[in-house]
Amino acid sequence: MKELRVEATIENLSKVFMFLQESLEKCDCPAKTKRQIKLCVEEIFMNITHYAYNPHTGPAKISVDMVGGDDPTRIVISFADEGKPYDPLQTVEPDLEADIDDRQIGGLGVFLVKTTMDNVEYEHKDGQNVLTIEKSLDERAS
Amino acid sequence: MNFTKSQDGNTLTVELVGEVDSMNTPELEERLLKETEGITELIFDLKGLEYISSAGLRVLLTMQKMMKTQGSMVIKNTNDEVMDIFKVTGFVRLLHLE
Repeated sequence: MKELRVEATIENLSKVFMFLQESLEKCDCPAKTKRQIKLCVEEIFMNITHYAYNPHTGPAKISVDMVGGDDPTRIVISFADEGKPYDPLQTVEPDLEADIDDRQIGGLGVFLVKTTMDNVEYEHKDGQNVLTIEKSLDERAS
Repeated sequence: MNFTKSQDGNTLTVELVGEVDSMNTPELEERLLKETEGITELIFDLKGLEYISSAGLRVLLTMQKMMKTQGSMVIKNTNDEVMDIFKVTGFVRLLHLE
């Protein structure tokens, strides 16, 4: 299990990307899966920077667990912050049928996470928001 | 991300190459709003776009809404990776894709 602790700021997204890249480096999974994972990591980290400590800032912890030893079959990533209790999974889903004038710009990030990951769970535990995502690294499941 | 523009009269073509993420979208949006002053046709060429997050989608939506009032906007050469995102988010219905 690898872990990164950073302040939840937009600027630190590059550190988060680097950390993720290191974690996925040895993974022999499809490029599409890697892109989907990167996208979800960005969306969740940005949610924390925007909402958890607003208008201030605070710490975020990201843990990456590659399940399956040398030839991992699953990746489990969890995001923890000490901000206001907030379950992003309760966010109203975007109306995909709305036309251009009515289409709202919120909720897209969480929607992308729910759609592209195999499993997404939220819990509020020991004063922390913990969001965990899971994705199969198996080529056939991508 | 690389931003290349070419202008022909009131038509502006913008080529986006690389990755559009939360870190570079504020600058992208500011630049697009500035460059499209007086433009009636905005063309995005996305053949070199490898990654776009919801922050980038918001910019495209903002530009589409804006161009609707002053002309038109077209997106060309969308690759499979970005098309996946457009499909899953329903953006295929909102954007004029060629």
